[in-house]
Amino acid sequence: MVFRPAILALLMASGANVALLIGVAPFAVDVIRHWDISSGSERQLALERRTYLMSTLLVFVLATQLLALLLFVFNADKMAPMFVGAMCAVGTFNVNPYGFPALIAQIAVFFLAAMWLAVNHFDIQAPDYPLVRVKYALLLVMAPALVAAFALQLQYFLGLKADVITSCCSRVFSANAKGLSGDLAVLPPVPAMIAFFIALLVAVAMAGYAVARQHGGYFVAFTSAVAFVAALAGILSFLSLYIYEHPHHHCPFCVLQAEYRYQGYWLYVPLFVATAAGLGAGAIQPFSRVSSLRHVFPRLLSRLAGVAAAGYSLFTVVSCVMILKSNLILIGK
Amino acid sequence: MIELSDIRKGFNQGRHNEFWALNGICLTVPARQVVAFFGPSGSGKTTLLTVVGCLARPTSGRVRLKEQDISGYPERFLTAIRRRTFGFIFQQFNLIRGLSAIDNIMLPAYPLGGEWRALRHRAESLLDSLRLGHRSAARVEWLSGGEQQRVAIARALINDPEVVIADEPTANLDTALSKEFLDILEALAGQGRTVLLTSHDPFVVESSVVQRVVTLRDGRIVGDN
Amino acid sequence: MRTWIEKQKYLIDFTVSSLARRKVKNLGLLAIYTLIVFLLASVMLFTDSLRREAALVLAHSPEVIVQRMVAGRHDLIPGSYLDKIGSVRGVQKKEGRLWGYYYDPALKANYTFMVPPTGMAVDVAPGRIVVGPALARGVGLAVHDRVWFHAYTGKLFSFVVTEILPGESELVAADLVLMSEPDFRAFFDYPSGQYTDIALSVANPQELHTIAAKLAIRLPDSRTILREEILRTYESIFNWREGIVLALLSGAIFAFAIFALEKAAGLSADEKREIGILKAIGWETGDVIKMKFWEGALISLTAFLLGYVAAYLHVFRSSSGLFEPVLKGWSTLYPRFQLVPVVDGFQIATLFFFTVFPYAIATIVPIWRAAVTDPDSVMRG
Repeated sequence: MVFRPAILALLMASGANVALLIGVAPFAVDVIRHWDISSGSERQLALERRTYLMSTLLVFVLATQLLALLLFVFNADKMAPMFVGAMCAVGTFNVNPYGFPALIAQIAVFFLAAMWLAVNHFDIQAPDYPLVRVKYALLLVMAPALVAAFALQLQYFLGLKADVITSCCSRVFSANAKGLSGDLAVLPPVPAMIAFFIALLVAVAMAGYAVARQHGGYFVAFTSAVAFVAALAGILSFLSLYIYEHPHHHCPFCVLQAEYRYQGYWLYVPLFVATAAGLGAGAIQPFSRVSSLRHVFPRLLSRLAGVAAAGYSLFTVVSCVMILKSNLILIGK
Repeated sequence: MIELSDIRKGFNQGRHNEFWALNGICLTVPARQVVAFFGPSGSGKTTLLTVVGCLARPTSGRVRLKEQDISGYPERFLTAIRRRTFGFIFQQFNLIRGLSAIDNIMLPAYPLGGEWRALRHRAESLLDSLRLGHRSAARVEWLSGGEQQRVAIARALINDPEVVIADEPTANLDTALSKEFLDILEALAGQGRTVLLTSHDPFVVESSVVQRVVTLRDGRIVGDN
Repeated sequence: MRTWIEKQKYLIDFTVSSLARRKVKNLGLLAIYTLIVFLLASVMLFTDSLRREAALVLAHSPEVIVQRMVAGRHDLIPGSYLDKIGSVRGVQKKEGRLWGYYYDPALKANYTFMVPPTGMAVDVAPGRIVVGPALARGVGLAVHDRVWFHAYTGKLFSFVVTEILPGESELVAADLVLMSEPDFRAFFDYPSGQYTDIALSVANPQELHTIAAKLAIRLPDSRTILREEILRTYESIFNWREGIVLALLSGAIFAFAIFALEKAAGLSADEKREIGILKAIGWETGDVIKMKFWEGALISLTAFLLGYVAAYLHVFRSSSGLFEPVLKGWSTLYPRFQLVPVVDGFQIATLFFFTVFPYAIATIVPIWRAAVTDPDSVMRG
């Protein structure tokens, strides 16, 4: 493995998160089995005290995951010179087959944690904490996801060898590359842009509807997920070209760098926040009929959908600005 | 206003030192009453006060506050209710050393995130009404016993509670200061607040301010007039 | 939203006064925290700066170097190979290089003797040399001085120093002696028509491997060294050395985490009482946790800033005496060079994970334990 501070830091962070969550798993089981809100027994009081620890830990995990994601991508970018053929982060991720799965797993854990926090926030609005058992069952479901993400990351780092030949983004994303990335790059720009903007506008519209009507969480979540994928596909297939002003540079990570004035943040931050909020809306929808939460649900759904709408709108606007400002001409003469 | 049905509170359940502080308390306190809880130490007065004042949940039994059953409320909600309904004056005053009088008074309102200027103003007028305006910036450990108690009273009133609860308020005071305290209590009752206090001091219990005395022994009510 | 912001302001206000009320304990924690940040930041700043130097230095070296091998060892390369390379597509410039090592028994040091590449503006007419700054310091040379070298053949050669290379070039030119080609060949008794190696310029990095492959076919007894391979090797070495130092410091980090845990868990009676009071007067567990979080954040931020600034001054203003031997390797002639400060988000983020993260993990459970104090504890106690 490449013995490098950033890698050590990432593994330590992931490992610590896994250890924390596994450590509290027995308490989660305790809560599921013995929770009784109406009882004033000492055991119940102790369980209630423990719930504070668990939500604090989840907030901690979420924050760490977010920072770790950034560090993971930057590290991959900095390490590119060490691998033959790698020009940027994409090449580093391609060194062994665990690279991109590890990245996707990290993103997935981030969204799972965000969804859990949405459900938790929803639950504690009602004095009888109606979703406690559901919440802690979800926590137990999250633990394996975290472990899987850690395992993938570990496998990836262990398999990083500096003399391995890998492929750089121009080969990964070029027309004759095999697989999804190549297909994405080959999409002709006009249909790709149409699909991109439609997916985003639908997401904004759906979220806006949810804000106004205060229901429809599932649709918000679904359209958010689709918009997230469409946005990433769009960045890969044409938006990056406009930013780099180069017809073959498809890398989604280089936009985060200083040489492109960190423009990538204007795209990725609203995108991730919006998707987290949209998925959160879907996470709370199943519980809209719970009696003690019924009056809280509309307001919370509006807030989450509102964040999603704002985020996707911002993303769309930024994308348009980037396309219009660019000197590259992909369509038309 | 406050209704307790068959309240029991135990500690160290299941262990060898298990002990029950309250053994089936049934009590109704109407609004605007001044009630004193009287009894020897160990009778459960303080524990009763914590249950009535939403500081603790009963092990079993029902607590109703203004017709709302709050027995099963988790800490978040209980604290929210307690903050706006009850004001506490502790026997040891329990002021935070190192902070000024006015800072101590504003503390209970911090979690509410209200506007600072308004809060400050409220705190200052409370201090003025208790004739402590000139000591507002003084650190509480430099204040005399009587002054500290008045700061404690002001702190209890910062969120404008309907019920004021005082635990053994005159235990550390001489007769003159005790009289002063009772006068303040009378004023509070006059403002329409309910006042609950515990005491084993006959001076307090037999004063004219107290309208009702509830006697406790071994976690049960044995007298009520 | 407004309420939330006001509330955080109140909590921070209380936190600051709370920290001030327990100066001794908090200053102790701050000192150790700052020390840890200082140590780690020094290592990272130093290594990152060296990395940058290496990259800058190597930026001027040729993309491809061709060396002839005899029995697995680097041997001289005949000039005729230049013609054989002749028409490989993508090669823009090709030049035979002449360089070698000279051991000076007086200083027990190795110098690099080199014929400057065409285009370099130095005066090395026969009999004159240009020397590197560390060499000049070691021997005590100034411009216009005459210096004598004993060739390996036994003959004594003398040269006049026309120029001493500037300080900025220390890292690469510390022990350099530049001389003309006739002087070089005479000094080392170098066979005519032979060179040390051949340097190639290639514009398009994508073509490097194709070119290397073609050269391997045309010149089977030679090896090609790609600049990017050198960069990769340096990167590996830097990573490895930095990693080792940090791993060694991991003991310190661990001790710090334990220390932080002790501090957070070992609440004095006074602190416990204070939290009890807060709970009793209307603060929820969540409020206490948030307040303690602000405490940790303030301490972390202060320690991070102080430690980082101190490390910056340590590495870039003085000469980071603590780490030099490990990270620079050893030799007799030490170049004296000013490191270029390199500060970037990646480095700060990595540092954050090594310092603030262990602190946060160590303090989560103690903070929670303190925050769940029963509200009625002040009445019972």
